[in-house]
Amino acid sequence: MSRIEHILGDLKERGEKALVTFVTAGDPDLETTEQVIHTLVEAGADLIELGFPFSDPMADGPTIQAASQRALDAGTTLEGVLALVRRVREHTNVPIVLMGYYNPVFCYGPEAFAQAAAAAGVDGLLLVDLPPEEAGELQPFLQSAGVDLITLLAPTTDPQRMVRLAGAAEGFLYYVSMTGVTGSQAVDAAAIRDAVSELQALSRVPVAVGFGVTSPQAARDIAMFADAVVVGSALVKIIESHGNSAQLLPEVSRFVSSLKEAVRSAATNVPTADEA
Amino acid sequence: MYKQPDPLGHFGQFGGRYVAETLMPALLELEEAYRESQVDPQFQEELQHYLAKYVGRPSPLFLADRLTAHCGGARIYLKREDLNHTGAHKVNNTVGQALLAKRMGKKKVIAETGAGQHGVATATVAALFGMECDVFMGEEDIRRQALNVFRMKLLGARVRPVDSGTATLKDAMNEALRHWVTHVRDTFYVIGTVAGPHPYPMLVRDFQAVIGEEARRQMHDETGSLPDAAVACIGGGSNAMGLFYPFLNDETVRLVGVEAAGLGVETGRHAASIGAGRVGVLHGNKTFLLQDQEGQIEHAHSVSAGLDYPGVGPEHAYLHDIKRAEYVSITDQEALAAFHLLTNLEGIMPALESAHAIAHVIKLAPQMRPDQSILVCLSGRGDKDIHTVAEASGLEL
Repeated sequence: MSRIEHILGDLKERGEKALVTFVTAGDPDLETTEQVIHTLVEAGADLIELGFPFSDPMADGPTIQAASQRALDAGTTLEGVLALVRRVREHTNVPIVLMGYYNPVFCYGPEAFAQAAAAAGVDGLLLVDLPPEEAGELQPFLQSAGVDLITLLAPTTDPQRMVRLAGAAEGFLYYVSMTGVTGSQAVDAAAIRDAVSELQALSRVPVAVGFGVTSPQAARDIAMFADAVVVGSALVKIIESHGNSAQLLPEVSRFVSSLKEAVRSAATNVPTADEA
Repeated sequence: MYKQPDPLGHFGQFGGRYVAETLMPALLELEEAYRESQVDPQFQEELQHYLAKYVGRPSPLFLADRLTAHCGGARIYLKREDLNHTGAHKVNNTVGQALLAKRMGKKKVIAETGAGQHGVATATVAALFGMECDVFMGEEDIRRQALNVFRMKLLGARVRPVDSGTATLKDAMNEALRHWVTHVRDTFYVIGTVAGPHPYPMLVRDFQAVIGEEARRQMHDETGSLPDAAVACIGGGSNAMGLFYPFLNDETVRLVGVEAAGLGVETGRHAASIGAGRVGVLHGNKTFLLQDQEGQIEHAHSVSAGLDYPGVGPEHAYLHDIKRAEYVSITDQEALAAFHLLTNLEGIMPALESAHAIAHVIKLAPQMRPDQSILVCLSGRGDKDIHTVAEASGLEL
């Protein structure tokens, strides 16, 4: 069992929900990202999604597009991101999932990347533009290196495809809460509840919900039924506003603590399986 | 026998469907609708009707006598796609895709555009079929192609300026994909070239293949044989793919794709993805891209907005790989010179995109015998480019 499955599984057993936080590596620079990651973990993040930048982030809204560009302007490379993970890994056991687009990984070389990522302490890889149909040239290398390839499912995914993809998922399943780009609109928890429950029944791994979770309240609403809640753009906005200022880490800490509390309160309320 | 792509949309190692999961069902649905339409006589009849009565096909094949005499070598035949309704080959594809959209019950269409020709062609068919139309266009291109922007607006389309990245075709395509992922349930994305995720490279090629099919017949009728070479310009490569495809099994026909060398391939400011790029993944397909060592996409440059794209259709990448087609490049200056030459010798003002193909023909013809022939796709007319040409000549209109 992978570190992701182990840690998320422990939470699930205790009836707790996981908080997943996304930040773009290198925004505004890798040193700051390193401090931000430690702050995220201290404030209660259960899993870190670390974006690596791409020049043409087709599935992202303006907030993460801009973060990606700031990271590129700061000279962030995939090698640099892996070195960052290596440093972070010396201090924490938190699962780390790299998230981004396929081309930088393809250029690094699928096999070389899988080995380098595993050696650095990366637990999972989430590639927005690599559907299972195209994953054949990468997945075997990730598998032998012990890095989970995270599966994304969307509201447009048809039932047959959902059964097939959910059954084969490793690490966790990432359910995209809406048709859209990251951070585009607020998620409607009621609208996705049934889909998430279905996925939970189909999959042996936990189901995380992301896209459009911008506030503690929204996180709580989602955590009522999902196993994990992903918060990205809202956090990236805080980094955008505070950059390298002294306010950055306290602000990140405050926001993530409030998210963690919201997610925790959802869990202690009622176990959703019984409620449903 | 040439048979590409494979069932998953791969042309050898190229092509495929590298998209967000949200779009996968839409692509599968499109592929199914397309395959059904291929064997539906009613759809084919409707398509033929619009191509003949609306686009004005078949487009003529014209022996460019004075250009031939000037070059002193092979006879040069122009396939006059510039005479199509809306002034370029783009409409062959948009008529086809709009009919597909209609068949699938989609009332909204979106498109990306560089030079504006594909945007105009999409806005045109949207008006024809009563569809809502949004066209994504880079701000830099909006500046270069003011005439086409106004045409799209007259046709009832919304032109959405894109200011991210280089504010050209690549960024317009990013933004169109973002819009599509958000409105995928009721919106049909009319991709303008043989790029993007499967099934687009295949279906755009098939809709454009009418160029080569007609030209093959016309060359035969006129000369009693096939051309010795077929030449076309390449941005994404739709007019070239349309011209080449019906000749792929004719091994005596040399196929030559002409990329934009911009200020010169050696300057790094060009759009020659096959000539100077490396394999990568962008906009849903694997192909040759202009990119750095890290896999970040680099800026393309060409005087011609329609060629100003850092990638190329995956089937061209494949034809290059298997050496069935050869790919060369032409600089901004050479294309501008060809623009003037064709205008002066034949009274035909080519689009700057097509002028790249003409410029290569000017080099190629003298190396061939007078009993040989070159077929060149004159993909569009040049009215849209007169401001760019004036600017390059130091004039203000």
